[in-house]
Amino acid sequence: MNTRSALLVTATAVLLAGCGAATPAAGPAPTTSVEAAAPAQALTITDPWVKAVKEGMTAAFGTLVNHTDSPITVVAGASPLSPEIELHEVVESDNKMIMRPKDGGFVVPARGSHELKPGGDHIMLMGVKEEVKPGAEIPLTLTLQEGPPLEFTAVGKDFAGAKEDYQPGTDH
Amino acid sequence: MAEQRITRRGLFAAGAATAVGTAAGTVAGTVAGTVAGTMAGTSAGASPSGAATEVPSGTATEPFHGVHQAGIATSPQAHAVFVAFDLKRGTGREPIARLMRLLTDDARRLTLGRGALADTEPELAASPARLTVTFGFGPGLFEAAGVDSPVRQLPEFETDKLEDRWSGGDLLVQICADDPLTVAHALRMVVKDARAFARVRWTQRGFRRGAHVQPAGATQRNLMGQLDGTVNPADLDRAVWLGQGPLRGGTTLVLRRIRMDLETWDELDRTGREFTIGRRLADGAPLTGRAEHDEPDFGRLNRLGFPVISEYAHIRRARVDDPGARMLRRPYNYDDGLAEDGTPDSGLLFAAYQADVDKQFVPVQRRLAEGDLLNEWITAIGSAVFAIPPGCAPDGWIGETLLADGP
Repeated sequence: MNTRSALLVTATAVLLAGCGAATPAAGPAPTTSVEAAAPAQALTITDPWVKAVKEGMTAAFGTLVNHTDSPITVVAGASPLSPEIELHEVVESDNKMIMRPKDGGFVVPARGSHELKPGGDHIMLMGVKEEVKPGAEIPLTLTLQEGPPLEFTAVGKDFAGAKEDYQPGTDH
Repeated sequence: MAEQRITRRGLFAAGAATAVGTAAGTVAGTVAGTVAGTMAGTSAGASPSGAATEVPSGTATEPFHGVHQAGIATSPQAHAVFVAFDLKRGTGREPIARLMRLLTDDARRLTLGRGALADTEPELAASPARLTVTFGFGPGLFEAAGVDSPVRQLPEFETDKLEDRWSGGDLLVQICADDPLTVAHALRMVVKDARAFARVRWTQRGFRRGAHVQPAGATQRNLMGQLDGTVNPADLDRAVWLGQGPLRGGTTLVLRRIRMDLETWDELDRTGREFTIGRRLADGAPLTGRAEHDEPDFGRLNRLGFPVISEYAHIRRARVDDPGARMLRRPYNYDDGLAEDGTPDSGLLFAAYQADVDKQFVPVQRRLAEGDLLNEWITAIGSAVFAIPPGCAPDGWIGETLLADGP
């Protein structure tokens, strides 16, 4: 884990204590049964899931794992369920946690991982038209700065959290 | 039949009554002394020697994947919760399959000691303590899925006083572990994933002796003080697991909530209690034998020419000669609080697994309903029947053989 992601983890752990930020099981160790893509790929995502929602906004989570010796940057996301997808971070603003588009996307360190989780970085589906049902397999594509896109399905899960206020980015 | 039963009961009750004054007092004293002594001895002996070498059992796991679901042949864990759901209206085969994929995924992770997907308290999953999560499908689930049900509710028995709040259900989840916090967390996770599809119908919590309190494989005691579950089938492939059909590798569960009237049971002395069951309380040996697992001699007569094991003793009425036709009993005690006057809400969650409910469970229950001395103190107040689908592979889900490829 490089300095940046270590900093990020520390920062989120401090800011979002109680949101599962310090989950030991969410480390980079890949597990065979829940791996969503073949490890031969440069970037994979472990345990991808989407918060179930009837319509409107929701978010996708999981742990991005970089299997190469150089950093990989996720610059955009897409899904047939939502015409508009943003890569978000959650930050403190005026003593409130808000989410906003993350400058430069998600950087996954070489041979490292980057966790997308409620209260932290996440893939934001802005205008879901079709219900994300619990247990449904939602197709998602992440565009990478380096190499071909990462395609995967994320499972719909009922989830009470991930309700941060949305503050659209001013510089986007 | 009923008349005869009363006569028999009158006979032994009268005989026992003369001994009440002396025997009951003596026995109570003996038991209390023995238990206290044993407990003191154990704790005193275990602390100094066991402290350094003891391995925490919280890390122990039971395999989730396999031909059969776990939690049936599994050596019974100390704590259990049985929760039944009713599917919401319009929940057909496709949503049921989604539900079972979600719940299978939860069970797969939690039984390994990992948080479930989107688990908000993954730390609570860290000690699986032999957690098993077992799923059962009631007749209503099959109906909702448009599949012929291999099970139906039991016929009525005269002695039953069934209450809706403990009976029926479309989907059963049986959660067992040696740690109650682990059970609570698994239940919470299951409920959070199930409630988009279903409503909770009932929840029944049970317990046995704590883990490592007695040797593995030892028969547990129920709250009446009896060893409970002495006679179980040895060959589960014959008695429990189905060998063919869509349920191949699965079985059936009959769950009965049996209330015990411990207040009137208290009025009965030990001789009367042993006569009722046909076994000795101390060691569970049949009244004609020396050890728990001795075969009862149902033909032996006493000096008066009456059978030593009464015609209406529980073990005679429950007897199934063919070991392949016996049900697998995996009971849990329940003790859900006290009335103002101290009357306990106690009993047994009688969980019986068998290949064929009609051939294995119903005939025994019929004989018990017709004339078991124990009926004086026990009443079935809940009843539910479920098909237990086979186990699944690491990439599969529970119920796939019954529900996959549906409309």
